Amino acid sequence: MAKPKLALYWAASCGGCEIAVLDLHEKILDVASAFDIVFWPVALDFKYDDVRAMDDKSIDLCLFNGAIRNSENEEIAHLLRAKAKTLVAFGSCALEGGIPGLANMTTRDDIWKWVYKDSPSTVSTNGGTYPQTHSTMAEGAIDIPEMWNTVKALDQVIDVEYYIPGCPPQPDQIWSVIEFILSGKPLPPKGTVLGAGEKTCCDECPRERTERKLKKFYRPFEIETDPKTCLLDQGIVCMGPATRDGCGALCTKANVPCRGCYGPPPNVVDQGAKMVSALSSVIDAQDPGEIESILDQIADPLGTFYRFSLAHSILRRVEKL
Amino acid sequence: MAFEPKIIGFLCNWCSYTGADLAGVSRIKSAPNVRVIRTMCSGRVDPAFILKAFQLGADGVIVMGCHLGDCHYQEGNYKTIRRIPFLKRLIQGFGIDPRRLRLEWVSASEGDRFAHVVNEMTEEIRTLGPLTLHVHREMQQPVAQH
Repeated sequence: MAKPKLALYWAASCGGCEIAVLDLHEKILDVASAFDIVFWPVALDFKYDDVRAMDDKSIDLCLFNGAIRNSENEEIAHLLRAKAKTLVAFGSCALEGGIPGLANMTTRDDIWKWVYKDSPSTVSTNGGTYPQTHSTMAEGAIDIPEMWNTVKALDQVIDVEYYIPGCPPQPDQIWSVIEFILSGKPLPPKGTVLGAGEKTCCDECPRERTERKLKKFYRPFEIETDPKTCLLDQGIVCMGPATRDGCGALCTKANVPCRGCYGPPPNVVDQGAKMVSALSSVIDAQDPGEIESILDQIADPLGTFYRFSLAHSILRRVEKL
Repeated sequence: MAFEPKIIGFLCNWCSYTGADLAGVSRIKSAPNVRVIRTMCSGRVDPAFILKAFQLGADGVIVMGCHLGDCHYQEGNYKTIRRIPFLKRLIQGFGIDPRRLRLEWVSASEGDRFAHVVNEMTEEIRTLGPLTLHVHREMQQPVAQH
């Protein structure tokens, strides 16, 4: 029997998901021997035309990481969707926009204006030179992809079978998913989140929770935290209560608050809304004025609560006022 | 056609919903712009419900509950009194005017107050105009659950 075909692709991402796959270490050899890798731009020299030449539904498994940021990302997402039987949104960016999704707090024009004109390190002539999708010069013409104003998650563009969360997904979780797929057992229903738990990050966190009420919030650099007690109890905004488990509480074990990369837990649509609920429950104030002054201490709620999930949140992007 | 604000009202079962009922049976006139959703407590109103209302085209959202100290569940409305100001900050971050979200205490005997609050909010939203969001333009299907 021919080996199942595997494709890996990166759209708008940092490459961390690719490193996470390589972090399987020697097991990567098992992956290479079990699958016929037909497309993996970061590691192997295949071209888009090779994929275009494949038969529809001829790729058995496609792990797609990265958000949809430009016309190239979107085009390849559609292409791989046509060629793959099972397509997995791999990592936070593909799942919910991830860090690139934070661009939805501003606009393409404002980003370009800063990057190509206003930033102190830019020498701007003729009012700034902006990238063009099409340019012609003596040697010929070039076309480059068009950047979208709004970053999208993968399932906002194409149909996706499964999701593997994380920034990046933890290698042991990736391996367990690959092992499961190779075992030939019947696949779970479409839409299942693989390689993660069904609870919140707090359930995995070894820190002790004391259900304290808070009058003061701190930013991590402002206090020395106790390594055994819940960070939220100590006044640090920790995304644990609004984040799916599966990472093994890596961050809180390293004395860093959870950043929310595993996305919302089951049955939660919007991490920011869940965080508003969670923090409202621990604020120790009943007077409107006092409540406002405590809320003032929480820096950048939008960017903190939606650090990874803005593009996939209920409102998706900031409206330019 | 003149703009008619669409306002979603989350009313607690024990006080505000009964208050709205009283306004009705007392035949107090009030603006018809608030679509009422009855919840068991104002503390039951998940912030996601409110964001969802804006996503699906509400121009404003009003949450009504028992006066502080009167909550049927002792402290449900104390959660609400912290949540709504917090959520106002969040929606302001999203570029939605925080006046589009309002929290009011209306007891079961305050039919007149219900009418007054509804009229006031309707007029305020009328002045602010319709809410247009990126999601309204771009999104045809609701956010996928996962």
